[in-house]
Amino acid sequence: MTLLNKKLDRRSFLKVSGLAGGGMMLSFSWLAGCKPTPEEVLTMPDEWFEINSYIKIGENGAVTLFNPNPEFGQNVKTSLPMILAEELDVDWKNVFVEQADFYPERFDRQFTGGSQSVRAAWTPLRTAGATARQLIVNAAAQSWNVPVAEITTNMGTVEHQASGKKAGYGEMASLAGTLDAPDPETIKLKDNADFKIIGQSKKNVDLQKIVTGKPMFSLDHKVEGMKYAAIVHPPAFGMKLKSFDKSSVTSLPGIQDAFKVKVFKDDYGRNFFDTTTFPEIIAIVGNSTWEVLQAKKSLQAEWEEAPESTFPMAGRGGQTRDISVPGGLENSSTHKEKMAEFQRKPGNIQRKDGDPEAAFKKAARVIERTYTAPFLAHNTMEPMNCFADVKGNRAIIYGPTQAPDFIMNALSSSLELPKENIQINLARMGGGFGRRAYSHHMVEAALISQKIQAPVKMVYTREDDMSAGVYRPTYSATYRAALDDNNNLLALHVKAGGIPESPLHANRFPAGAIDNYLAESWQIESNITIGAFRAPRSNFIAGAEQSFLDELAEEMGKDPIAFRLELLKRAETNPVGENNDYDPKRYAGVLELVRDKSNWSNVPDGISRGVSAYFCHNSYVAEVVDVSIKDRKPVVENVYAAVDCGVVVNPDAAANMGEGAIVDGIGNAFFGEMAFENGVPTKTNFDKYRMIRHGEAPKKIEVHFVESKEDPTGLGEPLFPPVFAALGNSLYKATGKRLYEQPFQPQILQIENLGM
Amino acid sequence: MAQFSLNINGKSVQVDVDPNTPLLWVLRDHLDLVGTKFGCGIAQCGACTVHVDGEAVRSCSYPISIVEDKKVVTIEGLSEKGDHPVQKAWVEHDVPQCGYCQSGQIMSAASLLARNPKPTDEEITSAMNGNICRCGTYTRIKAAIKTASQTL
Repeated sequence: MTLLNKKLDRRSFLKVSGLAGGGMMLSFSWLAGCKPTPEEVLTMPDEWFEINSYIKIGENGAVTLFNPNPEFGQNVKTSLPMILAEELDVDWKNVFVEQADFYPERFDRQFTGGSQSVRAAWTPLRTAGATARQLIVNAAAQSWNVPVAEITTNMGTVEHQASGKKAGYGEMASLAGTLDAPDPETIKLKDNADFKIIGQSKKNVDLQKIVTGKPMFSLDHKVEGMKYAAIVHPPAFGMKLKSFDKSSVTSLPGIQDAFKVKVFKDDYGRNFFDTTTFPEIIAIVGNSTWEVLQAKKSLQAEWEEAPESTFPMAGRGGQTRDISVPGGLENSSTHKEKMAEFQRKPGNIQRKDGDPEAAFKKAARVIERTYTAPFLAHNTMEPMNCFADVKGNRAIIYGPTQAPDFIMNALSSSLELPKENIQINLARMGGGFGRRAYSHHMVEAALISQKIQAPVKMVYTREDDMSAGVYRPTYSATYRAALDDNNNLLALHVKAGGIPESPLHANRFPAGAIDNYLAESWQIESNITIGAFRAPRSNFIAGAEQSFLDELAEEMGKDPIAFRLELLKRAETNPVGENNDYDPKRYAGVLELVRDKSNWSNVPDGISRGVSAYFCHNSYVAEVVDVSIKDRKPVVENVYAAVDCGVVVNPDAAANMGEGAIVDGIGNAFFGEMAFENGVPTKTNFDKYRMIRHGEAPKKIEVHFVESKEDPTGLGEPLFPPVFAALGNSLYKATGKRLYEQPFQPQILQIENLGM
Repeated sequence: MAQFSLNINGKSVQVDVDPNTPLLWVLRDHLDLVGTKFGCGIAQCGACTVHVDGEAVRSCSYPISIVEDKKVVTIEGLSEKGDHPVQKAWVEHDVPQCGYCQSGQIMSAASLLARNPKPTDEEITSAMNGNICRCGTYTRIKAAIKTASQTL
């Protein structure tokens, strides 16, 4: 709550927001549905009064709310201000929303990731809204000389009924802005039952701008005298720059310069998000995008194999340790062999309940299955890019980042500028999915601008972007179940690993539901860089686990939903072990809801149906996927999702994001794959990297939310992991073939006479 | 470099660029019409879709040298007030997530409905299959096209 106590006067606020804008970002979005009529909304006020970091109110009652978090399509720019507006008690029609730039001294946690924006902001933003409301009330009490307790508010008006005094917030804003903030401990938040905005669908505040093509992305940004830059990076993982011939491009039309950019200083202690595949790249600077893209093709450069290397990683308390990057040119075929080898060796035990070894020894039957999935590229629609203007000792960076805080140290180190001289402005992002938590592109653009001492917009081509790493890792998991003569489940063993990390969550379901349980992990080093990808680790292990449970239920002669509910009942009533990090009742709740909404037992003619459920990012999701076979191809007809993520702030937008996660899962399950030959990514554009397209999207998606009074939990990620198994399990019903390897499509194409 | 006289969104403009420059980069860098997006550069994602003489084309792979005398319409010129039936339907269904691909989606949809105001599901899929939406808004896009179709 520190930020609520910090009072910046209006003058200082205008000063910082001027810096924030750099003259370019102080635009306002009308909310109020999408096409407000003039009578419906207030006009821009003559003067704004800052009430706190998140809220300013104009003399005419117009309200500006700042969205603190980076927006990449998850719609926080609408949902977070809705939370503020609720407690501030204003009419949503009179609200403007502005994207806040990066101001850690004004805003907490300006980070988009881990599905935590709404969860983490819930109480702070409600408190910020309620505190501002209290200041308006206090100002009214002072102006009218009446007791604070007798004053009420309603949708932007403040009233003292006994005296008949009534005013708009705007009339009190000037005074309210000068009052001391009340103690946050004394602030009373609304009861959920009194919510007027939260829980009511509000349209995306930038909707009209999006459908009319207004500039919103850093790739759309332009200032006077701006140069354009392209980059050239090594052609393979395990390669680095040896030399290049600058004259091969500098005589080309429109080209100003070409030079080497070294992203991080040798002695810079990186943080976990300072991932970059190629620490040295070549920048080509010129007068237009097309000219610098053309010059890329003419650039003469020599590359060489990079030996094993190390870089310092900063730890807690100022300690650093060396991280090693292996040398060598890697191949997907070798990756697969190595992973199979590690599956056969003992792993590192992460959890053990009961006596699994003894249980497997006395088992009447053991079922063992191994699941694998490849590396995945994020493929955000807007390629990596960034605008930077670095002159003298000042830097303005405007670019797509999920995590401005995580790149600030690197910017400061690489530019050799103090942090207070660097302003990061937050652009709307054309997708993120985890990729833009790694913001090396901002450092690259900043260094290019610093070198030429002019504003520059750097853009990656799709090929640069897709071959630059920071991928979802490749994973493998082997599940074993021990059954007795009567098909009772005696023990479960999971061993899961990957390159270069394990996907295992040892304390998640079905841990806690099985007496004898063993979870092991392993990992294999690589120079292929990885990063968070929508529901990291869960996005693989959920598919493996939920496919295995489906097969196990079949072997045990049980309905797949009933079997899961049985296990959850056990975890609820008589849990095995400790640290089970899920609530079995809420888990069961989503399975029951999806059973109901999909009419589970009544499968329509021609439909094959599969189910899956998973818990991650503090939320519970169960999904049912219906497929049919048409023209010998599987068609996803319907998807039903049941979600327990606590209170849903903006239901229609939440459903939209859930639908997107389901489409994303279906696409990656069928097609998603990045592979390597001698360190070279085999796919560099959408001609070879298959993305899900219109024709492959489900015909119908229903997203149902459990009605809840619990505080909100994650939403952007949790609907993604369960899709893989729900689809795989339905495809098994449709084809008779269990799918153990992602992507599914190549295996389905091998099935002869499908559906005949 | 060469001079080109163009008709963009009903206005005559002149640019001096390399004749091989794709229409996309002329729009974005030279005419400041940045609603048309760069996604792949090889006509595989549809983010750069504009209308040339009424037909949806991928402007990233459409050299400026063949544009002359043709009428180009971009997302900025689709309607004066952002109220083309397709734009209105996009608003009604609150289609976008990140929004980056949506100009291209809207231009493809508008072109489809201009030549076929009552498309079947299959015709919608076929017309829209070249436009990737990484956020996965496909079901809403289809619903919005159907809504727009009803108003035509």
